[in-house]
Amino acid sequence: MTAQQQALPLNGLASPSDSRYRSDHLLLAEMIESGSKVLDVGCGDGDLLQLLETRGIDGRGIELSREGVNHCVAKGLAVVQGDADTDLVNYPDDAFDYVILSQTLQATRQPRVVLENLLRIGRRAIVSFPNFGYWKMRLQLLIGGHMPRTENLPATWYDTANIHFCTIKDFVELCDAINVKMERAIALDLYGRPLQFNAPWWFWNMFGEQGVFLLSRAEKGR
Amino acid sequence: MVNVQTIPGPAVHAEDRVLEADHPTSQVAVFTDDQPLRLDCGIDLAPFQIAYQTYGELNADKSNAILVCHALTGDQHVANVHPVTGKPGWWVTLVGPGKPLDTDRYFIICTNVIGGCMGSTGPASINPATGKAWGLDFPVITIPDMVRAQAMLIDRLGIDTLFAVVGGSMGGMQVLQWCVAYPQRVFSALPIACSTRHSAQNIAFHELGRQAVMADPDWRDGRYVEQGTHPRRGLGVARMAAHITYLSDAALHRKFGRRMQDRELPTFSFDADFQVESYLRYQGSSFVERFDANSYLYLTRAMDYFDIAADHDGVLAKAFRDTKTRFCVVSFTSDWLFPTSESRATVHALNAGGARVSFAEIETDRGHDAFLLDVPEFFDIVHAFLESAGKTRGLTAGE
Repeated sequence: MTAQQQALPLNGLASPSDSRYRSDHLLLAEMIESGSKVLDVGCGDGDLLQLLETRGIDGRGIELSREGVNHCVAKGLAVVQGDADTDLVNYPDDAFDYVILSQTLQATRQPRVVLENLLRIGRRAIVSFPNFGYWKMRLQLLIGGHMPRTENLPATWYDTANIHFCTIKDFVELCDAINVKMERAIALDLYGRPLQFNAPWWFWNMFGEQGVFLLSRAEKGR
Repeated sequence: MVNVQTIPGPAVHAEDRVLEADHPTSQVAVFTDDQPLRLDCGIDLAPFQIAYQTYGELNADKSNAILVCHALTGDQHVANVHPVTGKPGWWVTLVGPGKPLDTDRYFIICTNVIGGCMGSTGPASINPATGKAWGLDFPVITIPDMVRAQAMLIDRLGIDTLFAVVGGSMGGMQVLQWCVAYPQRVFSALPIACSTRHSAQNIAFHELGRQAVMADPDWRDGRYVEQGTHPRRGLGVARMAAHITYLSDAALHRKFGRRMQDRELPTFSFDADFQVESYLRYQGSSFVERFDANSYLYLTRAMDYFDIAADHDGVLAKAFRDTKTRFCVVSFTSDWLFPTSESRATVHALNAGGARVSFAEIETDRGHDAFLLDVPEFFDIVHAFLESAGKTRGLTAGE
C-alpha cells in the first residue's frame, strides 16, 4: 500500500435521497459547491447537469451521441457533441472548477491520458467507474469461467463499449503513478448508495460495486 | 429526346432581375448621406439601401426578433414566393407557422446583404454619381460590412437585442460576426455549417468561379449591364463548379449514379449524356437568370476575406471572451465545404472564451446543402435550442 492509500479518509457518506434524481448523481452534486463551474464529460441526457443547475452550479457537457445532445439542448443545457478521448485536449487549462467523468473512464481508449486531461482542465476531477474487483465479478470469472456481466453492466464482452475495466485498487495505483491526489473516495453498492461504514481498501475493492473519487493535482515535487 | 440546351430555363426575364437590384419587391430602408455605411476598405458608402422581408409580429417589448442571414446566393425571400423565379422561399423548411423558426411566435427579419443583387445596394445598383450601374466601381465589401449594415436596419426597426441570429454558410459567418461585433445585442446564435475563417480550399473554389465569370467575353470588364449583355456562360460555369461543392459524392451517386439522360447509349459527343451533367447545366443556366455576375464576384470576395481571429491578434477565443450569448453550432457529417472540423474549431474557441455553447453534428450524406433541405434531426436541434432559449428569454407560446 502506498502512503496515499493509507492516508485516505475512508468515510462513507450519508445517503442522499430525492426520488427525482439518481442516487449517484445526488452524491456527486453534494461534492460540488454552489457557484462552481463544472464540465460533465459523457453527460448523456443531461440529468446530472440539470440537477447541478438547480443548485446554482454553472454546468457544461460533452456527449458522444447526437440524441443525447438534442435532449440536453432541449433542457437548455450547453452541451457539445464530442469524445472524451479526442476533444478534452482542446479545452484550456483551469477552465473549470470540477470536471466530472461519470461511468465513462472504462469506455475511453486512453484512460490515463483522459485522467491527466481532466485534472489539467479542472482544478478538481470527480471520477466514477464500475469496480471490476466487485465480488460478483470475481465470482463469475472464478466459478463461471466467463467474462462477468451484472445488472449495471449487462453487455457481452463482444459488444461492450467498456474496453478498459479496472478495479478500485487499479485506479488508486494509477492515481499514484500520475501524481494525482485523492481527496475523497467512496464505494457504492449495487444501487448507487455509499457503503455506510469505514473499511480497509481490500473490503471496498471486494464489496464496492462502483468507486467514486474526488481528485486534485498533487503538490509539485511530491 | 431532350437535352439540356433545349430545356427551357425558368420563366424569368432578365429585366426582372435588373429591376430587383434597385426596385425590389420587398420593404426597403434607405440611408441617406448623413448615415453612411463605414466599410472596412475605408470608404463611406452613402446613400445606400437595404431590402428586407419580415414575417410574424414584433411583440410589445421587442424581444422576439430573429434575424436570418442568407448564404452566398440566397436573398431576403426566406419564406415567400421569390419575385424573380416564382419558386418558394429558400428556407420554407425551417421558417413558417409551427416550424422551428415559428412565425406565429417570432418576428423574423431577413435582409439582402450589402453587395447583393436583390435590392440592397451592390454592384448591380445604380451609382448615384454616374447614373449607371456601379459595376466594379462598387467598393469591395466584407462580412463585417454586411453585418454593420444589418445593425443599422435593426436600429431603425427600434430593436435593441435580437432574440436570435440564425444562418448557414455565408449566413453563419454573419451570425458569428454579429456575436463578435455586437455581443450584447445577440441573445442566442445559431451558426450553421460555417466557419470563423474561409479556408484556402474554399478561396480556391471562389477564385475558380470568379475567373470563369471574368473570362466570359460578355462580362465586358464588369460593364455588361450598359452593354446589354450578361456573362451567362461564365457565371453558369462558376455556379456549376460551386454547386458540386455543396453536394457530396454519396449524394450525387444516390441521385444520379451513372444514369443516362433520356437515352440508353452514349452519343459519343460532348452532349449531356449523363443525368448529372444535365442537372449541373440546369443549375448553371437557371442561376444566371436570377443572379448578377458582379454581385457573385463581390460576395465570394467578402467570404474569402472573412477571418475573425485575424482581427483579434490571431487568437479566436479573444473574439468571444466573456460573451453572454447562448450558442448552438451545427455541422453536417458529409459537408466538405465547411467540414465539422471547422465548426469544432469555432466551438473550442467559444469554450475557451467561456461562452455558453452547444454543438451538434448531424448525420447526413447530403453535403453542405443539407442545411437547406428537409433534415428532421437538424430541425429538432434548432427547435430544441430556440425553445429553451425562448423560455430563458421569457417568450411564452403563442406570443
